[in-house]
Amino acid sequence: MACENNDRLLQGYFDGELDLVRSVEFENHLKMCPECAHELKNQQAMRRALRGADLLEKAPKSLETRIVDSLPREKRQSIVQMRSRPAIRWFAFATAIALAIFLGAVVVRNVDNDRQALATENFLAQEIVSSHIHSLQAGHLFDVESTDQHTVKPWFDGKLDFAPPVVDLADYNFRLLGGRLEYLDGRSVAALVYQRQKHLINVFIWPQGSTSPKLPGAKSIQGYNLISWKRDEMEFCAVSDLNAAELRGFVRLLDR
Amino acid sequence: MKDQTRDANAGNFEQVVMPHLDAAYNLARWLVGNQHDAEDVVQEAYLRALKFFSGYRGGNARAWLLAIVRNTTYSFLEKNRPNENIEEFNEELHSADLSAPQAEMALLQAADSHALRDALEGLPVNFQEIIVLRELEDMPYKQIAEVMGIPIGTVMSGLARGREKLRERLLSQRGGEGQDGLRK
Repeated sequence: MACENNDRLLQGYFDGELDLVRSVEFENHLKMCPECAHELKNQQAMRRALRGADLLEKAPKSLETRIVDSLPREKRQSIVQMRSRPAIRWFAFATAIALAIFLGAVVVRNVDNDRQALATENFLAQEIVSSHIHSLQAGHLFDVESTDQHTVKPWFDGKLDFAPPVVDLADYNFRLLGGRLEYLDGRSVAALVYQRQKHLINVFIWPQGSTSPKLPGAKSIQGYNLISWKRDEMEFCAVSDLNAAELRGFVRLLDR
Repeated sequence: MKDQTRDANAGNFEQVVMPHLDAAYNLARWLVGNQHDAEDVVQEAYLRALKFFSGYRGGNARAWLLAIVRNTTYSFLEKNRPNENIEEFNEELHSADLSAPQAEMALLQAADSHALRDALEGLPVNFQEIIVLRELEDMPYKQIAEVMGIPIGTVMSGLARGREKLRERLLSQRGGEGQDGLRK
């Protein structure tokens, strides 16, 4: 155990993660602090033991076969095509120029992109609905349960690389129930849970990225209504079995 | 131009993710505790990865994949083992009792595979995770932060606490002789 205040620095030093200045500072500290010096030796002893112990688990051969077999073949190939695009891109470019000459328009190249964007958009919307449904199953609704925005908001500190806005709408009969972490589109996002009578609303929030697929403004999937919007460089998506009009009202309150 | 480089770096799905199958399996195997469930979790993670692959921008592929594996694993644990132990990383560390420092170090050095495996398996799942990523996968903090979705500062506290817990378990396995070096 390192001396007070230095346990994190000691980890950083031990793992070679400190910059030069802090590293030198810590080395000076080590000369004067037997506790930290002792702790460092302990860490070294434990690392030697850990790394000498052959604890890495190797994937069984059968798993690789199983995974490759389980990947949908056509989808895999379409991804391969999408990703090894230079030829396709040149083709699209050439086509666009040709068409521009004939039709006086240069827009065709976007058609393919639009179709892809639509596919990702639908996929993300579907993910959001699945997440919503999953959250309704017992025990999945929140990681932090509180009607107090000042409890829910700080809970996200340190769990996300952004601070989701948390608003209390109890006065409007939308009761905040809590929040949890979710995983959408390859990243961690915040989910806030509100209740209107017997209807639950999930609000997913994540920072707007250049890469994130766009969501439709409003949509209905499997009987759930989705409304998405952007604000302060964040993307929001509210999903609920609440009727579309009330959900729009809720979104207006949140987006004020 | 930049886009093309990215695409070239990203390569195709199998080229990007299959080389990290051992890492994916190792993480899942440690966190779920048995081969059967680990295989299921990894397979599901690969299907998820395929879905998310259009969002992969050619960063560190292992970290990108392991973030999905860890997420799939936690969903699995939440569903199948709701009582799985997860503890805060930021809990205060207690101050040291150095009554038998030499004995402690000797014990740590002498810890065998079996004892280490037991001790690691006994940790709360998020501490297991951080130790596996750092010590077994040899990941830098930045990648650990990416995989676990936490800031680098929390990686540091998590490691401090995790290593301390691991050591406590190792020493307590040895019964009375190590106890002097321990704290409650």
